[in-house]
Amino acid sequence: MSISIQAVRKAYVARGAERLALDRVDLEIAAGEFVAFVGPSGCGKSTLMNMIAGILPVTEGVIVHEGRPVRGINQHVGYMTQADAVLPWRTVRQNVELPLRFHGVPRRDRAARAEAMLDQVGLAGFGGSFPAELSGGMRKRVALAQLLAYGPETLLMDEPFGALDAQLKLLMQEQLLRIWTARRQTVVFVTHDLAEAITLAQRVVVFSGRPGRIKQIEDVALPTDRDPFRARFLPEFERAYTRLWEALAPEIRRGEAA
Amino acid sequence: MSGLAQAAGALGAEVRSPAVVALEAAGRSHRRRVLLLRVLVGVGFLALWYGASGRWIDTLLISSPDLVAARLWRWTLDGTLWNNLSITLLATVLGFGIGCTSGFVLGLLFGRFTTLAEVFDPYITAIYSIPKIALAPLFIIWFGIGIESKVAVSAAIVFFVIFLNTYSGVREVNPLYVHTTRIMGGGEGAVLRHVIVPSAAAWVITGLKVSVPYALVGTVIGEFMSANRGIGYLISQATGLFNTTSVYAGILVLALVGAVINTGLKYLEAWVLRWRGAA
Repeated sequence: MSISIQAVRKAYVARGAERLALDRVDLEIAAGEFVAFVGPSGCGKSTLMNMIAGILPVTEGVIVHEGRPVRGINQHVGYMTQADAVLPWRTVRQNVELPLRFHGVPRRDRAARAEAMLDQVGLAGFGGSFPAELSGGMRKRVALAQLLAYGPETLLMDEPFGALDAQLKLLMQEQLLRIWTARRQTVVFVTHDLAEAITLAQRVVVFSGRPGRIKQIEDVALPTDRDPFRARFLPEFERAYTRLWEALAPEIRRGEAA
Repeated sequence: MSGLAQAAGALGAEVRSPAVVALEAAGRSHRRRVLLLRVLVGVGFLALWYGASGRWIDTLLISSPDLVAARLWRWTLDGTLWNNLSITLLATVLGFGIGCTSGFVLGLLFGRFTTLAEVFDPYITAIYSIPKIALAPLFIIWFGIGIESKVAVSAAIVFFVIFLNTYSGVREVNPLYVHTTRIMGGGEGAVLRHVIVPSAAAWVITGLKVSVPYALVGTVIGEFMSANRGIGYLISQATGLFNTTSVYAGILVLALVGAVINTGLKYLEAWVLRWRGAA
């Protein structure tokens, strides 16, 4: 088991009152599994991911990652968000090399590995550019190259392609799936896009509105070596979409009415 | 994938179409025009000064550009200029250096340890609102009329500017950068070095630019009050003797020094913040 979430609750204190963000969440994620979290905004799916990353503490319960309870920043995961986290004052190459440096990779090997990773995400020749000189999609690929360079076994991704246009999103999804098929990391992918969740994940977890609870878990019957461009025209995709939408729609309506 | 790589290659390629060439030519001719007008403004001012002196306004009050130039030339030859300028520059550089270093270190410390900042906040605000010039006489009592008191005045002024800018810069660091750097395996030292300091650099540079003239002002004020060397001393001596030519010569030297330092800082800023230049 890669990630084990046991009876986790998360409460925030705001304006003198305690507000429950997540209520009693139990979930087991196997090593090498690709899981997507979907739910209405404010359901706590990103909060749960940030608790796996150790950025936020749990209020109650335990999260065990690779056999270790998560306490404080979890340095055994890779983390990618919708907002750009590549450091703007470092060149593309320096950004990709940074985690390698932290992991004690010697200088010569760092450069070679960074080049190889940039090549893999189609950014060969851009190593000397600063992030501000690249497009949003290219910056995403820098972040991806950075994640892959130091090879964490678990990837936590919070709407990583949320800010991209639809076509670019498909290209990034294809790239991510290809990488995952080759390396088989455990992936937790948070998204509000149901189609994206089904396209990518083996299992989709639907959260209810605030306070977030797991409402439904759907296994996606698509083959693991699926093609994101064609997956959406398969009957399995349609079936999964219908069932997930039935679970999700009332939650979204409830959120809008409140 | 090859499609993506190709698109990326095309983006990075050098394209010099006629439109690009025309735009660059227009930019060059605009810069030339600006330079020419600048020179004309300067020459025009000098001509007006020269013409007004002794004709419309008493030469005793405004001296004259040729007299000032001659005075500067004489100072250069007899060593007066370097003898006084060197001490002013030394005091400015020392005050600037001491103020910057202490302000930067304390700004980082306070930015990282917020409780410390909360405790000291009212005191810092109180000390900050004192005009530092008012401390100059005190510094002269403490450190004497030598260079030390001038260094102290400039350092006191520079310290606060750099301290407050560094502190704000550290507070403004995007927490996402801190989190991701730590998740990637970076420790506290790595976060400080790769995230906090570069992120605060923009603020610190702004502080540096603002405080350079202040450092010079601090030194010169110290020299006005009590000294036996320095450009400030030279000016205050000349004022006492109604020697306006020397006063203007001294002021001109200070203006030139300030301009040179500011130009240097502009280049430093462009280099440190080169990552900001969006395509």
